[in-house]
Amino acid sequence: MRALREAMASLRRAPLLGVLSMTSIGFSLFILGLFGLTAYNIDLALSHVEEQVQVVAYLRDGTGESRVDVARKEVVSFPEVSGVRYISKVEALHDASQELTEFSDVFSNLEVNPLPASLEVSLKPGYRNPDAVRRVAERLRSYDFVDDVRYGRDWVERIFSLRRIAGAASLILGGAFALVAVMLVGTAVRMAILARSEEIAIMQTIGATEGYIRRPYLLEGLMTGLAGGLLAFGLTWGTWRLVDASFLKVSWMPDVWIVAGIAGAALLGMLSAGRAVRKELRGLYDL
Amino acid sequence: MPPFLRNPAGGSRMIRFEGVTKRYPRTGAALADVSFHLRKGEFAFLTGPSGAGKTTVLQLAHMHTVPDEGRVRVSRFSSDSMRRKDVPQLRRRVGYVFQDFRLLERLTASENVAFALEATGASRRKMRQKVQQLLGHVGLAAKAQSHPSELSGGERQRVAIARALATDPLVLLADEPTGNLDRRAADGVFELLRRINDLGMAVLFATHDAELLHRHRDVRVLELEHGSLVYDSAGEEAST
Repeated sequence: MRALREAMASLRRAPLLGVLSMTSIGFSLFILGLFGLTAYNIDLALSHVEEQVQVVAYLRDGTGESRVDVARKEVVSFPEVSGVRYISKVEALHDASQELTEFSDVFSNLEVNPLPASLEVSLKPGYRNPDAVRRVAERLRSYDFVDDVRYGRDWVERIFSLRRIAGAASLILGGAFALVAVMLVGTAVRMAILARSEEIAIMQTIGATEGYIRRPYLLEGLMTGLAGGLLAFGLTWGTWRLVDASFLKVSWMPDVWIVAGIAGAALLGMLSAGRAVRKELRGLYDL
Repeated sequence: MPPFLRNPAGGSRMIRFEGVTKRYPRTGAALADVSFHLRKGEFAFLTGPSGAGKTTVLQLAHMHTVPDEGRVRVSRFSSDSMRRKDVPQLRRRVGYVFQDFRLLERLTASENVAFALEATGASRRKMRQKVQQLLGHVGLAAKAQSHPSELSGGERQRVAIARALATDPLVLLADEPTGNLDRRAADGVFELLRRINDLGMAVLFATHDAELLHRHRDVRVLELEHGSLVYDSAGEEAST
């Protein structure tokens, strides 16, 4: 209660400083929020593309259906595999004529069907990465009736490198902005401590514990961080509404991200305040 | 018996300096091999010219700093085994009064005393009772609602003494408490500290007020010069 009273009094005593640090944190986190929104939408798009990742095994002509059936059951039991679809030669020709309409004449005049039967293998989420895809392809190649295996190796690898870049960029930018926020809250708290250095010295003289002295500053950091987090949320949400309504369809981030972001901002405020207080109080005793 | 004397410490020696040397990086030695002790309930002047090391002695007894050599023992606390987290407990047992009062100007006299009680975890009810009692004890019950700026120097020092007594200390360290006061106010503060001492609290009173020392020749005198204890009227353990 005393800590809350003191924290509020400290914010009231230097409102400009409080507003400035809250606004700075808000804007830093706003940029982080925008980046989060972008990263989330990139991730959604990549997940959609990932769902299309398939390994196709082309079968030699004349492979008996019973052998294919046994192989299909085996492939389904691979840990990476979510489903296997058998495409017969006839179905392959039908699909090709449907998809490549400009060659429909060529397809209708064929005397012999040149297209091979195939097994289309889809992968479970979490296994749509280059290593898992390569592993499944190798195992499919080991069947003697499999003529060739294709899985669009280049673009599978490209998707994953894109995702890695997006992840690394989020970490670096997020870390940089978090650092800025830590420094801002730290400076605000340090100034608040300087403004009350006389009181702190008296508290230490009469035997107040360090916890008692620290608490109002930790609370002040927490409140500043929380206010900054809420401001960042408002700005990010407003920007999203504007973009989504006017020129680009984008998805809003999951609630858990928002809650984690605001709670993270509050925690960040408190931790940086704690760091500043510890630094300021250090050296007051030789012990 | 006033509440600050309800739990006197065991043993007869309240403060013990054992071969204490303290050096500061910039100014060099502040104390050199100083040994003395202050008994429970004893009153002593700590005197010497400016820079002799009086404040260093008080700061060591308050564990604001630790000796480079030797040992300081205060009640059950010892500088060689003291941990950072023990410091607040020690400070509650050792009251400190400054020459410049160090009152918070935005608070009234009673709030300044209550500030010490609140900071050491007293309940609201206990705080109200004790603030009244302490201000009454220092003769300022009628000025409880006055701010420091409305009080004379002597009255401010009395509020500071009331605040120092709030945590029921066993010993009071006074660093030139009369240094900023006129003769009459200084005598009043001295008499107050004597009254507190009469009730059983040890007092170490740092001063270079020659007249005060001369008028109270019955009081034990510890004299410092260039960081060395050059005279102890009790004749015990003077280092030179």
